[in-house]
Amino acid sequence: MVEFTLPKNSRVTEGRLLKASPDAKRLKAFKIYRWNPDDGGNPRVDTYEIDLDACGPMVLDALIKIKNEIDSTLTFRRSCREGICGSCAMNIDGTNTLACLKPIDEIKGAVAINPLPHMPVIKDLVPDLTQAYAQYHSIEPWLQAETQAPPDAERRQSQEERAQIDGLWECILCFCCTTSCPSYWWNGDRYLGPAVLMAAYRWIADSRDENAGHRLDALQDPFKLYRCHTIMNCAETCPKGLNPAKAIGNIKRLMVERQE
Amino acid sequence: MNDVNSARKMRSALGQVRGYGSAKSGLRHWRAQRLTAIALLPLTFYFIISILVLKGANQVAIRAYMHEPWNAVLFLGLAVCLFYHAQLGLEVVIEDYIHGEGRRVLLLLLMRGSVAFFGLLATLSILKLAL
Repeated sequence: MVEFTLPKNSRVTEGRLLKASPDAKRLKAFKIYRWNPDDGGNPRVDTYEIDLDACGPMVLDALIKIKNEIDSTLTFRRSCREGICGSCAMNIDGTNTLACLKPIDEIKGAVAINPLPHMPVIKDLVPDLTQAYAQYHSIEPWLQAETQAPPDAERRQSQEERAQIDGLWECILCFCCTTSCPSYWWNGDRYLGPAVLMAAYRWIADSRDENAGHRLDALQDPFKLYRCHTIMNCAETCPKGLNPAKAIGNIKRLMVERQE
Repeated sequence: MNDVNSARKMRSALGQVRGYGSAKSGLRHWRAQRLTAIALLPLTFYFIISILVLKGANQVAIRAYMHEPWNAVLFLGLAVCLFYHAQLGLEVVIEDYIHGEGRRVLLLLLMRGSVAFFGLLATLSILKLAL
């Protein structure tokens, strides 16, 4: 059965409160999920107060400020700080998004920050994405063509053909969508999830790829593809404004098309 | 499947994710679910109209109504679509939420059996009125 309650050692407890200095004017509280595999304790929520006048505008700025100035044990992934690497994907104020693209002043009240939902936690805000990466690997996300490319030029495609992969290639694989999908929560070991299915469609839709049939064969499965029940959380949450649900719909449409 | 999975922990992530590969099915199920849903729209509308028309009618009038081939066929269509659709939908619910191969298979069989039972019951009842 699906588990609707957390096991005992995963129950989240109240953590510490770290106040800002008394002369701070614009206070904002950040309630951050903390869990350290080494101390054997339950996860807890620590509250950090920050002076917004001494902090950058984005949630990631606040996290970096906390790590630099308040608590160096706070652990999270980040790299590019401009929404292209996908490292700082986390659940902020109840929605999966990139900390670097989420302005603090869009959030009313305290800012709740949790790791991406329903993934194993390595530490604090760092989820274990091994399975999701393996699923990405399994759809063979590279160009497959028997026709040789011209020796002195790139493979060509028309502007219309190129437009077919717009809205697909922009995905940065942050897995905000996949970890927001209830179907992935319940059956993530077999369902590929929206990010990976959109990546699969990106290659199916690419005019330079010659292996669409093989790709569709590999997806035609009650669990790998058809666990998608058009819940649409993926499109709702994507920090890049993409629509994985539409890509999955297109895969299903192609399945019907090649049958008839 | 759970037991096998726990014994499989040292398998690479890619090996686990690939599993036994694609079942090469799912399309028919998905399409049948949608087609029966579309068919149920006018059939349900027709069913509601029939209820309204037959409101307060006695058994003779209901028999006469169901004796019309048009009505009998539409009622049979409704029963078939409805129970087929219910079976497809419940299958998805069980596959989504029930983990553990043994329990899942058992529940699927029970569910299909009961849906088939009530579907046949409905069909036979319609036929008895119609013939």
